[in-house]
Amino acid sequence: MHRGVDAPRTPAVGGSAAAEQAPAKPPDTGAHLQQRFDALIADDERIEPRDWMPTGYRKTLIRQIAQHAHSEIIGMQPEGNWITRAPSLRRKAILIAKVQDEAGHGLYLYSAAETLGVDREDLLDLLHEGKQKYSSIFNYPTLSWADMGAIGWLVDGAAIMNQVPLCRCSYGPYGRAMVRVCKEESFHQRQGFDILHTLSHGTPAQQAMAQDAVDRFWWPSLMMFGPPDERSAHTAQSTAWGIKRLGNDELRQRFVDICVPQARALDITLPDPDLRWNENRGHYDFGAVDWAELTRVIKGDGPCNEQRIQRRRSAHEEGAWVREAADAYARKHHNSSAAEALA
Amino acid sequence: MSASTTAVPAGDLVRTAFAGYLLGLADDSLILAQRLGEWVTRAPQIEEDIALANIALDLLGQARTLLACAGKVEGLGRDEDDLAFLRDEREFRNVQLVEIPNGDFAVTMARQLIFSGYQYELYRALLTSTDPMLAGLAAKAVKEVAYHRDHAVQWVRRLGDGTDESHTRMQTGLDHTWPYVEELFERAPGVAALPRIAADPASLRPAWDSFIGTVIAEATLTIPQPTWRARGGRAGYHTEYLGHLLPEMQYLHRAHPGASW
Repeated sequence: MHRGVDAPRTPAVGGSAAAEQAPAKPPDTGAHLQQRFDALIADDERIEPRDWMPTGYRKTLIRQIAQHAHSEIIGMQPEGNWITRAPSLRRKAILIAKVQDEAGHGLYLYSAAETLGVDREDLLDLLHEGKQKYSSIFNYPTLSWADMGAIGWLVDGAAIMNQVPLCRCSYGPYGRAMVRVCKEESFHQRQGFDILHTLSHGTPAQQAMAQDAVDRFWWPSLMMFGPPDERSAHTAQSTAWGIKRLGNDELRQRFVDICVPQARALDITLPDPDLRWNENRGHYDFGAVDWAELTRVIKGDGPCNEQRIQRRRSAHEEGAWVREAADAYARKHHNSSAAEALA
Repeated sequence: MSASTTAVPAGDLVRTAFAGYLLGLADDSLILAQRLGEWVTRAPQIEEDIALANIALDLLGQARTLLACAGKVEGLGRDEDDLAFLRDEREFRNVQLVEIPNGDFAVTMARQLIFSGYQYELYRALLTSTDPMLAGLAAKAVKEVAYHRDHAVQWVRRLGDGTDESHTRMQTGLDHTWPYVEELFERAPGVAALPRIAADPASLRPAWDSFIGTVIAEATLTIPQPTWRARGGRAGYHTEYLGHLLPEMQYLHRAHPGASW
């Protein structure tokens, strides 16, 4: 959003090209900087990379964007698991394109994080060392082809519900990345629905496969919105900073309300005996989420935590010689072209 | 008995040869797409997950067009999925190069350099095919393959002229894949029956040699002199590796006969 001339950006320290590119360090933490930041947030304006921002705001964003990027990258694994086994060539092509999109989302998000002064390499190290997290949903295994449908419909559906409000996030690069990510996620969600629709209208074995996948992914999908607001460590501050626009519980309720009629269209039963329309609330009531399970899986005790990180680590370690070669080649050829230019 | 000794009408001979030719091209792309799909989530960096997936996707698209067309020419009512999922190992017509395991990134890039270099010349030649489907496919595919080839060239240069380790690995990758080169340029029996429709593989060799020679030299590598060579893929004679790739690719489709996906 364009900002008036009366509220100029805080200039980066010095005027060199390097300083132009590097995210600014606050020249001081004076009250006027904080005031300007607060005013921007209050006016629903965007904070940009070279603007001054409180350390906590920067840290929160780095944590959240990195976690989001890691989720995209780790999230490639459960679906990548079915690329070589997709049951038709058309489905194989769609699945490859989808997993490729996820890698692309990871790259946008790492780039958005880099505008805050961190490196992708460092963030990946933190992921590999277990010091930064990713969405807990990807710690569940994909046991049948129908899981591709359930992930698209429910997991991508929940992700969209979380991410659409992030398009209005106060931090510009993150919000803008989310606009594109959400457009692609919406395709992903529809393709998931389409897979399940085909299966639930197919042979009895296919119908059973679809129901089983939804049975396994329904509750973990509800957990994707995070713990109830009163137990969420970050919600209040993130809301005040305009990073988070809606609470976990509200998003979860919206998701349930949208899924119920879609499940009916799919002819699939959602595995919750307490699910029923509440006329007074104008929403569906639903059963208690097992928060102990979420805590357990986040802490590492999920079916695939070890496997997911191990795959990332081994890809990274086995690829080290390739990245080193690319760096060595670039140095060699940069030096020789510089020498030619000087000759 | 007499029917089997009767000369097949010329039209049917051409049709059989053409269906076989199309299957050969289709299977090359399909099997390599399958191999490249194995890389996804295992690549040295995220950009390469994207690049390898993208090449797989292009090849899969080519395979689908070619398989559908082969099915029509064959006239037995088989669609792209019947041909991809319901044929056995001995019915596949791909060259052996595309079925060998991925190995490390250098083996994969050596294979891609060889194959994309070949496919680039192939599709360029097919631009003037008198078959409108083949000419149309070639017009689209040649642009895709130009990128695949460029991607492989850049990596072979970086790895060949990168570090000592990458140089050694890249040379080993070339040594490992070179026995599969000759087969690409071998004249398959049916091609003679398809003048102006098919491209004679042998005619693609000089341009490929010249291109490869330049890249290998720039990459400070040496063209291998293998002591053996692969043969027989176009006639359904494969490596043992294909017999492991196909069950993985086909199992789900075969487990649910007649189901739609």
